Amino acid sequence: MAIELRVPTILRTYTGGAKAVNGDGATLAEFIDNVNGAHPGLKERIVEGEPEELRRFVNVYVNDEDVRFTGGLKTGIKDGDVVVVLPAVAGG
Amino acid sequence: MLVIEQGTYDAIVEHARKDHPDEACGVVAGVAGSDRGTRFVPMLNAAMSPTFYEFDSGDLFQLYKEMDERDEEPVVIYHSHTATEAYPSRTDINLAQEPGAHYVLVSTRDGADSPAYDGPVEFRSYRIVDGEVTEEEVRVVGSYEDTSEGEH
Repeated sequence: MAIELRVPTILRTYTGGAKAVNGDGATLAEFIDNVNGAHPGLKERIVEGEPEELRRFVNVYVNDEDVRFTGGLKTGIKDGDVVVVLPAVAGG
Repeated sequence: MLVIEQGTYDAIVEHARKDHPDEACGVVAGVAGSDRGTRFVPMLNAAMSPTFYEFDSGDLFQLYKEMDERDEEPVVIYHSHTATEAYPSRTDINLAQEPGAHYVLVSTRDGADSPAYDGPVEFRSYRIVDGEVTEEEVRVVGSYEDTSEGEH
């Protein structure tokens, strides 16, 4: 088992075109670090700042739930979970 | 070039006029790779603002899940400007994250939202890739079936 990351079109340049990649971790932050090891550059498109936070216009969901409501990067995850990243659709 | 059906075109303009003075937004989904938007999906502007739009995060998730299940993609992403021309703002350009989409802008400025107004409503389409805006022609057709092959 593993944790699956669903990659949005705009970030597939980091995954060789793959729509989904697998990784591991006990929290979302660990998982993103782990996936970034195999796909360098992915992390900085999702996370920013110090301390690290999710980018304002990137939405991340664990099993259909927006992680902004479940602890952000500290959200716990486990084998079999699905992490979906979707860029916000927004503008002025 | 954006090729769009008259019914969808009218629905986008209608949505923009109805939501004025707030910005209206939505997508036209179509089969992945077809470049033909067939399913008009008006979205709620979670920002409820005359100068900003953003899909609600839960709605966004449902929309992409649905499109995934139907092998669709957002062929058109539209929104309205309520006081300025139908040209992407700096914010629009910075936040555009669907390089394959036609970004449609409609303007409801100068009274174009009024039910009594029957003049033309600005309706323009752009590609926005890596911060670069390219305007494209908009061709309105009665139905995609009317367009012959090779006219893309």
